[in-house]
Amino acid sequence: MTILLEPDQHPAEAPDDDQPRSIDPALPPGDRVFHGFAHVIGLSTLVIMGAIGLFLGYQSIPTFRRYGLGFLTESQWQPEQDVLGISAVLLGTATVAVVALAIAFPLALTSAVYISEYAAPRVKSFLVSLIDLMAAVPSIIWGLWGFFLLQPKAIHVAHWLHTHLGFLPFFHVDTDPEAAPWAQSRYAASAFIAGIAVSMMVLPMAAAVMRQVFSQAPPGEREAALALGSTRWGMIRTVVLPFGRGGIIGGTMLAMGRALGETIAVVLIISPAFEIKFKPLEVGTSTVSALIAGRFGEATSSQLSALLTAGFVLFIITLIVNTLAAMIVARSRSGAVTD
Amino acid sequence: MTTTIERPEDETSAGSDVPTITADAADGSPELGQASTPETALPAETVDDDVPRAIGSRTQDDVLSLYGSLVGSGALTWLLYYQILPFTGRVGFVLCWFGVFVAMYAGVSAIGNPRLVVIDRVMGAIVKAGALIVFGTLATAVAFTLVRGLSALMNVNFWTEDMSGVRPTSSLGQGGVLHAIIGSMIEVGIAVAITLPLGIGTAVYMNEVGGRMSRVVRTIVEAMTALPSIVAGLFIYTVLIVTFGVSRTGIAAAAAIGVMMLPIIARSADVVLRVAPGGLREASLALGASKWQTVRQVVLPTVRPGLATALILGIARGVGETSPVLLTSGASTFFNADPFNEPMNSLPLFVFSAVRSGEPLYISRGFAAAAVLLILVLILFVITRLLARQRVGRR
Amino acid sequence: MTAVPLTDLFEPTPVVEARGGTLEARGVSAWFGSNKVLERVSLDMPANSVTALIGPSGCGKSTFLRILNRMHELVPSARLNGEVLLDGVDIYADGHRITETRKRIGMVFQKPNPFPAMSIGDNVLAGLKLTGIKASRSEKEGIIERSLTRAGLWKEVKDRLKEHGSALSGGQQQRLCIARSLAIEPEVLLMDEPCSALDPTSTRRVEETIAEIKEQITIVIVTHNMQQAARVSQQCAFFLAEMGTPGGIVEAGTTEQIFGEPVDPRTFDYVNGRFG
Repeated sequence: MTILLEPDQHPAEAPDDDQPRSIDPALPPGDRVFHGFAHVIGLSTLVIMGAIGLFLGYQSIPTFRRYGLGFLTESQWQPEQDVLGISAVLLGTATVAVVALAIAFPLALTSAVYISEYAAPRVKSFLVSLIDLMAAVPSIIWGLWGFFLLQPKAIHVAHWLHTHLGFLPFFHVDTDPEAAPWAQSRYAASAFIAGIAVSMMVLPMAAAVMRQVFSQAPPGEREAALALGSTRWGMIRTVVLPFGRGGIIGGTMLAMGRALGETIAVVLIISPAFEIKFKPLEVGTSTVSALIAGRFGEATSSQLSALLTAGFVLFIITLIVNTLAAMIVARSRSGAVTD
Repeated sequence: MTTTIERPEDETSAGSDVPTITADAADGSPELGQASTPETALPAETVDDDVPRAIGSRTQDDVLSLYGSLVGSGALTWLLYYQILPFTGRVGFVLCWFGVFVAMYAGVSAIGNPRLVVIDRVMGAIVKAGALIVFGTLATAVAFTLVRGLSALMNVNFWTEDMSGVRPTSSLGQGGVLHAIIGSMIEVGIAVAITLPLGIGTAVYMNEVGGRMSRVVRTIVEAMTALPSIVAGLFIYTVLIVTFGVSRTGIAAAAAIGVMMLPIIARSADVVLRVAPGGLREASLALGASKWQTVRQVVLPTVRPGLATALILGIARGVGETSPVLLTSGASTFFNADPFNEPMNSLPLFVFSAVRSGEPLYISRGFAAAAVLLILVLILFVITRLLARQRVGRR
Repeated sequence: MTAVPLTDLFEPTPVVEARGGTLEARGVSAWFGSNKVLERVSLDMPANSVTALIGPSGCGKSTFLRILNRMHELVPSARLNGEVLLDGVDIYADGHRITETRKRIGMVFQKPNPFPAMSIGDNVLAGLKLTGIKASRSEKEGIIERSLTRAGLWKEVKDRLKEHGSALSGGQQQRLCIARSLAIEPEVLLMDEPCSALDPTSTRRVEETIAEIKEQITIVIVTHNMQQAARVSQQCAFFLAEMGTPGGIVEAGTTEQIFGEPVDPRTFDYVNGRFG
């Protein structure tokens, strides 16, 4: 039987001493130890990683004190003359990364779309594993592939690009393409070839993210498009790709972050050159990671600081790229369903 | 399962087993009082010829357009390739073939098919081509490494000896990479022994204990995954080798590998723990278990396969990365199982120094070592697949 | 294909023409892998009227519906036998383009699924865009108004056609999906429990829509709700699947008969609520 409240019993008129009470969680002793232990471990990791980051940043002090801000604008790296600068290597890093992404992005996108939308079900899980396996292939394998297998062929492609598109400064090479025995060596050891090798390394990462996102496109919308009489590509374009936009961008940016830091393939392929140029087809380039790998051995302590600062700059750039990628993925529709 | 019902005074209009409902034909609405409308009836026995029919979504036009374009473009490219187009090599041929194929496919489809069908077909061809390029390239890289290294791999001494006393120009019957294999295992083993508990522990801290501090830890961990492996190597080089005077030994390499692996493992473990269903934890706590008991007996066993997968992938990364070991240990030729003294070689480092040597035989050895590395990664990968399938099977 | 010139769509008063198609199923059986889920179902669905498929859940009604517009085969292990004739022609025969079939036989789903990235107006036109039907800008505006009017949504959204499709309530979203399907002028509209996720007021509006559009379109509706079947349909087919056996039609006939004087005792029990 329901009861009608008397006026002075109504909640609005209740006395104002109704505040939350404090509760003692009274953790069992096992949990107290567990919490303490976990805290210690977590903080240890924090300290280790924080120390690394701080150490790297700290190295920039002696570097800038010695070489000034010109460190960022100087292109030459000549330790014997104590002239050090990272502008050329930064540009080289960017060039290799741009080439790598230009190749990796369309390939990752098409293979992700293929696996998610076109592959037969039995083949699909096999291909997903294959992409993950491709991501686990050590980078030195791609370095070998790039240097021994790809380079002889890629030189011809570079030559063709130079011959036909050489009017664009991007495709220019400092040699005569029309000469009967054209200078093959001028097209070798370039950012272009290194970029191709790096692209193979980073594309599985992007493809895996994109595929995962595409597979989560809501089936209700897919069915709606198909039920209206759409073709498969029409459905992909209207439902899957817009839904996966965050994953596409995020995956690509993650790939870019990895491409910036890739060392071994670049070291195996390029011949170091410290020039400010944006001509990937031409021989000679340098990246931050190749610089460190090549120069660490004979570095004096100040040069070592300089190398560490270069590494720190690379780290910060990669960090920014990764953070942006994470933000874009998290904000998109696809991010809401991925981890 | 259904009964055949027939009213005595009416016949089904078709006179066969085919059931129908009929409505008044004129205006589509049934007349009331029409008690003699037949009901549906199904055959009493199922006849055995009820088998699925083959249906497809491809029309003859689809198939003919596709194969016709493939063949036609191939022929056309072959004819024109050497005459008109100034390209060389097989790669150019394939590229031209593809370009001509797409154009021809689009053109053929455009005759008699609406624009959407043409677009659908062309995009389908492009998507499939992209996937083919990716997987084909993977196949060539793997095959290339294996083929080039085969001659050295076939020798037993490759697996059982080291390179001490063997000149770079010696035949493949001498020398081997045992020292590099053992070196890799020791270095990665040490790194794993440190980073595994630390990484998983950090992940448990972030997910099970929580709090404001854990959010800071998570941010730092995710930030450090951006650390390039070469910078990790340089860090250890500077701190351990230059500052503390530790020489280039296995332990330094292990430290560099560990620095690289720690954020990766912590982050993967964190992801695995985060997607574990929260309902599990609640159920356990509601039974009166403590947090530690919940973690140890409910959460961790549930995520064990996913955790193992993440860890093994991290290990594969640690084994294969060259940059950390490049800076911190030396490409020695002799067998050394002591991480604290003397340089310790490892597989990626061996490959790196071998292929840069310029000696053909030594390069072959390098390829063979790269093939070993590839096989090792493949084995680790297969293990993760088996673990993942085990989880699915158990459900 | 029975195509209507798009200029016809721009008439201010809708012309009532009996343009619905006749759908017939002949001996349709369906499998998922080796699991048979439908046993030789045959049914006539006459033009310009509403046929309701009723029966407890799990007896194959939705599977049968999805066979009618070739959505069943989207599941990799799905197979079928039998024929589905639209105006006398088997839609599963070789040479028939699936996309054409789905243009003529549209579908509204149980859970409203407007395209969230598109505005309300663009959602209505999505069918045209996806199937390549061209229309001028004024024709497009006419199509939007006509489709939304037929779906009973025009008055509520005519001032906010640019808002996102997901900003509407559940009932409005479902009517938007109906408008979207109607915009491409199908001959048949299949509706898979369209009101099961809606509140009573929205349900009523959808049923009003069904009553109006049946004059031009054939409708086949799967519904759990017997009273709804009694309200909206002219024909009914009662599906049943006994334990472990594939589903099929027990009895079919006019709505009055199925509900008033069913022959089979199981039909009688179902329509009187003895089981559900």
